[in-house]
Amino acid sequence: MTQRPIIQIERLSKTYDGGFQALKSVDLEIREGEIFALLGPNGAGKSTLINIVCGIVTPTDGRVLADGHDIQKDFRAAREKIGLVPQELLTDAFETVWATTRFSRGLFGKKHDAAYLEEVLRDLSLWEKKDAKIMQLSGGMKRRVLIAKALSHEPRILFLDEPSAGVDVELRHGMWQMVRKLRDRGVTIILTTHYIEEAEEMADRIGVISEGRLVVVEDKDVLMKKLGKKQLELNLRAPLGAVPDALADLPLELTGDGKTLVYTFDTQTEETGIADLLRRLGDHGVDFTDLHSKESSLEEIFVRLIHESKRSEPEPAESTAPKGAR
Amino acid sequence: MNWHGVKAIYRFEMARTFRTLMQSLASPVISTSLYFVVFGTAIGGRVGEIDGVSYGAFIIPGLIMLSLLSESISNASFGIYMPKWSGTIYEVLSAPVSYIEVLLGYVGAAATKSVLIGLLILGTARIFVPYEIAHPVWMTVFLLLTSITFSLFGFIIGLWADDFQKLQVIPLMVVTPLTFLGGAFYSIDMLSPTWQKIALFNPVVYLISGFRWSFYGISDVDVGISAAAIGGFLVVCLGAVWWIFKTGWKLKA
Repeated sequence: MTQRPIIQIERLSKTYDGGFQALKSVDLEIREGEIFALLGPNGAGKSTLINIVCGIVTPTDGRVLADGHDIQKDFRAAREKIGLVPQELLTDAFETVWATTRFSRGLFGKKHDAAYLEEVLRDLSLWEKKDAKIMQLSGGMKRRVLIAKALSHEPRILFLDEPSAGVDVELRHGMWQMVRKLRDRGVTIILTTHYIEEAEEMADRIGVISEGRLVVVEDKDVLMKKLGKKQLELNLRAPLGAVPDALADLPLELTGDGKTLVYTFDTQTEETGIADLLRRLGDHGVDFTDLHSKESSLEEIFVRLIHESKRSEPEPAESTAPKGAR
Repeated sequence: MNWHGVKAIYRFEMARTFRTLMQSLASPVISTSLYFVVFGTAIGGRVGEIDGVSYGAFIIPGLIMLSLLSESISNASFGIYMPKWSGTIYEVLSAPVSYIEVLLGYVGAAATKSVLIGLLILGTARIFVPYEIAHPVWMTVFLLLTSITFSLFGFIIGLWADDFQKLQVIPLMVVTPLTFLGGAFYSIDMLSPTWQKIALFNPVVYLISGFRWSFYGISDVDVGISAAAIGGFLVVCLGAVWWIFKTGWKLKA
């Protein structure tokens, strides 16, 4: 993989007409040939960022270069290189798969090429459906039609906005496989997601975006270590005044008026130390009634990352109610 | 120029027309035929001649204009409104097409369809009444200019509308009344002097008058003024579209 930036985003800001500031001076470089995941909760600015690069939203400030071309001054050259798969299933219900794919290729300034379009549709297992009207297709197929449209003009950069939204687990894995195949052909892929799992599965690098700011951009492996914290909560039979001295070497914390003991461990390491912890608790007569483990929710992680980026010193692990996001 | 892009949009829009052939071509032809039956044959027989032209033949240019205006507007406004409404406009916005190319594709297709309808009605009229065209070149010029101008106007309405009601309100509340009062079924001379003066404020009067002149050499207003009126409206529409595209109004956040 080369390190040449294929997309350069400089001081990009967007304030919508209503006054909402969706992006706050974002700088980002996407390397050619990588899969880059933009991770963030809903409303963080992921789609705004993508839509600006693709020309759907006009930036308030800053500039974007796609393969060296300014997306505003030199929009033709920039946009020819880019394919976009939108988050929602936006299709022309009455068109056939073939007609809509052909339309997209023409729209992006490319001469009709039946052989290439056939290849795209076959790759996406849509060839048998080429004469079907889009309205007759399932949700998963519609999404693949959108991908076929985005690939119809042989883009070098592909944006996938929430590719897993509304897609079941099996299809999601199929999607991931397909994205990797595209990357192997040299297409640079930028996807947005609010599933940590998806970013972890797919990406070479991950950017975390929150409230319009790019909080962290890291290689996946580095970031996953930061994110991969898990906690074990033990409800104690009798409250403790403090963590016993004999256990002070462990990452333990007392919360809930001394009734809950929280053990934080790293999911990336093989040895979580839980067995050892439980044994030593027994040895020191710390009795508990219940225990459960939880991963930090995405929201907690974001809060932590934002704090870390602001002060560059580690925050104590949050221990609010567990949330569904993983 | 991204001619492939223009072609793609044009083909897409024409495909939409032929997919809904009944609605897009058959229905204006049927409704115009009904006008011929009722006004041309049934009533027209009693009206007699206007300026030396039989009533049935007299109303042909007006009826074509009636369809041309409403079809141009509705086809072009739907063409751009539907992708806005369904969200598929994202693709056009993200494509390497300039606004001029988008306009050529959408307005070109809408105008093509209008011209087709105009010619179809002209052909249908032959079944009911004999007529001749005194100035075929001018007839073609008026047909083309009107189709293009009002497709452009429809395109603007489609951009402006953010619900289906807005899409219908101008054709229904403004264009249809102006067309009916614009001399499609009568000569302005038949009105009282006061109403004649008021009628001159109706832009459609100039369209129908000019178009009728190209058929029979008779007109309510000078043909030069008619041509200038339609040309002027074309310039106004082009200016509006230019401004819309320059500012991204209603299209981009």
